[in-house]
Amino acid sequence: MKTLVWAEHENGRLKDASLPTVTAAAKLGEVDLLVAGAGVAGVAQAAAQIVGVGQVLVADDEAYAHALPENLAPLVVELMAGYDAFLAPATSTGKNIAPRVAALLDVMQLSDILSVEGPQTFTRAIYAGNAIATVKSSDAKLVITVRGSTFAKAVASGGVATISPVSGPGNQELSNFVRADIAQSTRPELTSAKVVVAGGRALGSAEKFQDVIEPLADKLKAAVGASRAAVDAGYVPNDYQVGQTGKIVAPEFYFAIGISGAIQHLAGMKDAKTIVAINADPEAPIFGVADYGLVGDLFEIVPALTAKL
Amino acid sequence: MKVLVPVKRVIDYNIRPRVKADGSGVDLVNVKMSMNPFDEIALEEAVRLREKGQASEVIAVSIGPAKAQDTLRTALAMGADRAILIVVETEVEPLAVAKLLKAVADEEQPGVVILGKQAIDDDCNQTGQMLAALMGRPQGTFASAVSVAGDRVEVTREVDGGLETVSLALPAVITADLRLNEPRYASLPNIMKARSKPLAQKTPADYRVDITPRLTTLKVAEPPVRAAGVVLDSVDALVAKLKELGISA
Repeated sequence: MKTLVWAEHENGRLKDASLPTVTAAAKLGEVDLLVAGAGVAGVAQAAAQIVGVGQVLVADDEAYAHALPENLAPLVVELMAGYDAFLAPATSTGKNIAPRVAALLDVMQLSDILSVEGPQTFTRAIYAGNAIATVKSSDAKLVITVRGSTFAKAVASGGVATISPVSGPGNQELSNFVRADIAQSTRPELTSAKVVVAGGRALGSAEKFQDVIEPLADKLKAAVGASRAAVDAGYVPNDYQVGQTGKIVAPEFYFAIGISGAIQHLAGMKDAKTIVAINADPEAPIFGVADYGLVGDLFEIVPALTAKL
Repeated sequence: MKVLVPVKRVIDYNIRPRVKADGSGVDLVNVKMSMNPFDEIALEEAVRLREKGQASEVIAVSIGPAKAQDTLRTALAMGADRAILIVVETEVEPLAVAKLLKAVADEEQPGVVILGKQAIDDDCNQTGQMLAALMGRPQGTFASAVSVAGDRVEVTREVDGGLETVSLALPAVITADLRLNEPRYASLPNIMKARSKPLAQKTPADYRVDITPRLTTLKVAEPPVRAAGVVLDSVDALVAKLKELGISA
């Protein structure tokens, strides 16, 4: 099987999310990468280093800047004449583009797969991760988004892929990028961090969230996450949200601080290797999935923990 | 400008789904069903557009069992003007739903279609994007703000790194994220009024759409259960455990 993988990049840098997607694609067959964007020669160079990639297709055109799906989907559809499967990471960009490609190919997409069970068979989580479905596609071509946390990352250097320029239908004149409000952070990406420190509604305010959560995250070089309640209350921006509809994470250590553990939140973090819960309520559902729990006042416990680590 | 809002009847947000013993699916017998929460947000946004004078009519459409009438009556009580139910008693995949919605859009010619970004049962997150593709129109997915001006709509989207704003030519497809608005509750008088609002019943055959599934579900299983953990009695005990596990600070 020949597969085409959407390489996600930002500010001239290949994003980590592309690597587990390459691993998933390699389970199906040969892997080529598509790097689309404006001024992406550097990204293409980096993509060609990924072990297991045969060819990097580069569509360098202003129309493909900002990953507008209206312009990208026709490009992918044209390229898919030579491929059996299209895979994208299940990131906000991948989820935006892949179904548009699937519909144009008249294919039913497999969303957010957890594993490859066979050439047409995959597992995926449904009902906020409360059930795992094994599904088999009967479509002639496959369109798949891949959950990054359940596949190992492909090795990012040492590969020797060839780089080939491609072009597509260009700007469809349906949409324009206006602006991005992207927080610049020195912390690791939430979805690929080894340690995640997450806070919930019990923090009480944006200031307290900052005062309590950030020092522990600094100490552990961790990414910072949050429950939906904390985001809705305005303590932190939307991109911190972990859960069914936010980000899915599977770090080595997940600290759930003042998070009760609604099923929608558990859906986003229960694959973490070690879960630590700190909560005042001993009955909170988060203790049902935590490896280690501390019951008590988080405003005392967390600073003490930060000091002692 | 008409606004079309597809709504799905799904298991209630607060119910914990149970996998059937024979592994054929999730048990939905005698389980409380409600409107998909993201669709409530989509509907609220559509009603607000009408209240601001930017939309003339809000049409709710559902594809599902005859019981999805209840979901549509809720939509009418929340402010939709009329409803269309396309009755299908089996599960319909997002691709087929998108094809049916495309056929409805061809008839109704809406200026905007607003959908929930995903349904909380299959968690697919596909229908809006697929519909936009089939209509050949732009898409503003995961919307946290929508503003219509002239023949374009600006959509602020919740993306992995923060927020992104795009400008789309109308007609356009928008999918609602959690923070777009807070949906209203239907008042009792509005629930009563909804009973007399028009609700048309259709079938996929009326639209000549083939809804044959492309995916076969081989089995549905419980996720692996995490072994029960321990509640520790002190911060020192936790620090010791974390150091044992090799956490680096």
